[in-house]
Amino acid sequence: MFLRWLLGAVAAAVGLVGVAQASEPVRIGEINSYSSIPAFTLPYRNGWRLAVEEINAAGGVLDGRPLEVISRDDGGKPGEAVRLANELVQREGVDLLAGTFLSHVGLAVADYAKQRQVLFVASEPLTDALTWSQGNRYTFRLRPSTYMQAAMLAEEAAKLPATRWVTVAPNYEYGQSAVEIFKALLSEKRPDVEFVGEQWPALFKLDAGPTVQALARAEPDAIFNVTFASDLSKFVREGETRGLFEGRPVVSLLTGEPEYLDPLGAETPEGWIVTGYPWYAIDTPEHRAFVERYQARFGEPPAMGTVVGYNTILAIAAAVEAAGGTDTEALVEAMKDLRFDTPIGPITFRAADHQSTMGAWVGRTAVRDGRGVMVDWRYVDGSEVLPPPEEARAMRPE
Amino acid sequence: MDFVLIQLLNGLASASALFLVAAGLSLIFGVTRIVNFAHGTLFMLGAFVAYSLSQRLGFWAAVPVAALAVAAVGALMEVGLLRRLYRAPELLQLLATFAVVLVLDDLILMAWGPADVLGPRAPGLAGAVRVLGQPIPAYELFLVAVGPAVLAVVWLLLTRTRFGILVRAATLDREMVAALGVDQKRLFTAVFALGALLAGLGGALQVPRQAIHHGLDLEVIVEAFVVVVVGGLGSVPGAYLAAVLIAELNAFGIVLFPQGTLVLMFLVMAAVLVLRPQGLLGRPETPEPRPAAAEPAPAPSGRAGLVLAILAVGGVAAAPLLLGGYGQGILAEILLFALLAASLQFVTGQGGMVSFGHAAWFGVGAYAAAMLHTRLDAGMAVSLLAAPLAAAAAALAVAWFLVRLSGVYLAMLTLAVAQILYAATFQWYEVTGGDNGILGVWPSGWAAGATGFLYLSLGLCAPALAALWWATRTPFGFGLRAGRDSPLRAEAAGVPVRRQRWLGFSLAAAAAGLAGGLYAYLKGSVFPDALGIPVSVDALVMMLLGGIHSFGGAIAGAVAYKLAQVTLISATDFWRLGVGMLILVLVLAFPQGLAGAAGRLAALRHRGGKAA
Repeated sequence: MFLRWLLGAVAAAVGLVGVAQASEPVRIGEINSYSSIPAFTLPYRNGWRLAVEEINAAGGVLDGRPLEVISRDDGGKPGEAVRLANELVQREGVDLLAGTFLSHVGLAVADYAKQRQVLFVASEPLTDALTWSQGNRYTFRLRPSTYMQAAMLAEEAAKLPATRWVTVAPNYEYGQSAVEIFKALLSEKRPDVEFVGEQWPALFKLDAGPTVQALARAEPDAIFNVTFASDLSKFVREGETRGLFEGRPVVSLLTGEPEYLDPLGAETPEGWIVTGYPWYAIDTPEHRAFVERYQARFGEPPAMGTVVGYNTILAIAAAVEAAGGTDTEALVEAMKDLRFDTPIGPITFRAADHQSTMGAWVGRTAVRDGRGVMVDWRYVDGSEVLPPPEEARAMRPE
Repeated sequence: MDFVLIQLLNGLASASALFLVAAGLSLIFGVTRIVNFAHGTLFMLGAFVAYSLSQRLGFWAAVPVAALAVAAVGALMEVGLLRRLYRAPELLQLLATFAVVLVLDDLILMAWGPADVLGPRAPGLAGAVRVLGQPIPAYELFLVAVGPAVLAVVWLLLTRTRFGILVRAATLDREMVAALGVDQKRLFTAVFALGALLAGLGGALQVPRQAIHHGLDLEVIVEAFVVVVVGGLGSVPGAYLAAVLIAELNAFGIVLFPQGTLVLMFLVMAAVLVLRPQGLLGRPETPEPRPAAAEPAPAPSGRAGLVLAILAVGGVAAAPLLLGGYGQGILAEILLFALLAASLQFVTGQGGMVSFGHAAWFGVGAYAAAMLHTRLDAGMAVSLLAAPLAAAAAALAVAWFLVRLSGVYLAMLTLAVAQILYAATFQWYEVTGGDNGILGVWPSGWAAGATGFLYLSLGLCAPALAALWWATRTPFGFGLRAGRDSPLRAEAAGVPVRRQRWLGFSLAAAAAGLAGGLYAYLKGSVFPDALGIPVSVDALVMMLLGGIHSFGGAIAGAVAYKLAQVTLISATDFWRLGVGMLILVLVLAFPQGLAGAAGRLAALRHRGGKAA
């Protein structure tokens, strides 16, 4: 009885579906951490939804093939993500994989893609390993990496007179790499700089009072911050009240992204040098139209994730057009040096390291009408901060 | 010197926040013996409610209202759910509170949306006060005072009121209290509501300190458990002392060892449990009188079980005829999780050693296999052989300490061990690859395809399960159960209880390690989350769902839970709500677990057949 129940349940759950029919739509298998990191991934999902709707309304890709996205929630677990990738590839018969936010989830899916020889367009994970030390033929990454974002900020930091720096970063790979890269690049430009203290709070467990006190004790001239989300809000409140930021420039990774800036509202610290996305101020006609369409569709302003999600679909559509179909090897070749237009300007996937040249906006934080914004910003294209192709290629295992 | 004093104050403020959650958890456990996994969720609910209310009522009015609202939710939880489960096997309440976590998490997400929300600063306490020339936020100073104030109120309540006398009496011996005619139901509901109130208050008081977000519950619950255990279960003053100890160690620890943030708290807990198992202010646990005839001894023949097992193996072997590659992958995953759940059942159900950190051995096995495969090119056979050996070796070292403890203290030491190992894999970048894990652990040759891997999993899991089952029927297994049911009598009868437990624990760890090794090859990569709390919780849920006292139940539980998870994740965004509701229904309908339900059904049919 148990067996029958077991088999019945397995059959019901897994279905007896064999190979998906190679019917018309281009099927994209999408995986992201929707339930565990909703603040970033839900705007991202709206972004790709808008792109899919627009492309399909305009007649799809190639000779009228619509895009179809089959989306799954990995719950923030790499093991789940691999299982879902397998479901999407083997059961749903998708033509390629896309998505992921967390670095380790991205790496797990990338390794699956390498093993199964499926194209994987990694939209959001930041780790440099994804395109460099663990790079593989089938994986391409859209969002600017930890290295690129840290390099943008190191350039700005070098212009400051400060010589005594402290760092505060979450205690995991992203925080560690960001600090390491920032230190190396800043020291290169400014040999007189010294790092006099560091704090490594566990992710989302920043004990703000003691951490701020420990940083202040080092009497730094300037601070490099990598904490984000709820850690950031704790750090800002404690730091402001305790006067940590008085007379000290703060250079802060990702803080200008609406996902992290909006919750700070009127308490956004003034004058921090940040990377982010000032959607309210980017005045190109393409971008303005994009924001209008997005707001009309979803009734909310775009966030960084929105642009990443939207551009992910644009990249995939462009690759399918260039490849003339959905054959994986043709798609991989098409992705190399693929150049496509987006609301924020043209982007290229570098053939050397499979990293896109999508950049970020570097500016200073300010408060306008009770909310946090970026001012004095400029767009830094990814190609300006990436190492030259030969150097990047040398870091890859293949 | 100034820095030391200021940092001392900072630590006290953090301690108050820790204490508020931990105090409620400790009270609830002391009286009802329920490990309330949903306590962190109640804390988070308090924070979200206070955030919303403070928009309308102002922050100071919002705090008590939010705390009361959470108390009401707590009371509802007790009356509607937990009260129905007091007669169920131990730990089933844990499963029920876990289901509440899943359900509330999704409900909170629906109600408040996904974004982090930052509440107002506390009116009147928004600024800073200069202490020794250093600006300290006034609200932090307020929190420094809140901890002792709440401690005093709870202490007065417990020592100066009739309610408190009953609570303390029930903490010591609840059967006696019941025998003296005290209505346990009302007492339990009141204690649960009080604990929830403290959790809600703790959450509400966090609003001026940080953005409120959906991960708060899990962040808080583990810390709260640690504080409760270090302080001594059921001891509210102990919880405060432990909160101060941990917060101060953290405040000064980060100055000396900035990288130690992940592991510090668990090192403290492990040290306390080894040196003073009952916690700082806890009483040594009195051996709890177990209900007589909790479980019949296993039937000597078990022919039905054998037939079932053979059918199951045959069914899995025939599965490639029916299932595609993905289905076979799922089946392999179910097999190895069944082994994990059964190995947990072996220590917990048979051995009486509750493990909250079973993922440790799963993870050690996974890492051993992955490291041998990628670093030493050892090949799949060697790596898979090494996985159980490595897990058993690690467990032999650790279990020597573990078996000196019992009950929840043992469970918490397993959790501490798992977390320390987790932190080590997470941070020891050169050896383990840190949180970026180890990639490229794919099976080779005939096992590379889905069918091959399924047969590999079957070929390893089925004998491992059989061996575990066989061990329960040997004199060794009977001795293990004797030690579980009555350590004193077993010792007197000449059973070396500690050694039995030590070996039993390590044997189960070996099985879990084998499951972990297979998991590495199934997924192709290993990350520290293989040793993480969610894996331990999953294993617990599977075992409890099946019925804690049934070996086959653990397997059935693994099948049911994995299938529910897999289907719901692919079908809906709100899969946690679905899984949570499903567990609630199962728990209420079959408090003895799936296996217990099957047994009862069989008994009913048997009786019906005779009557007819």
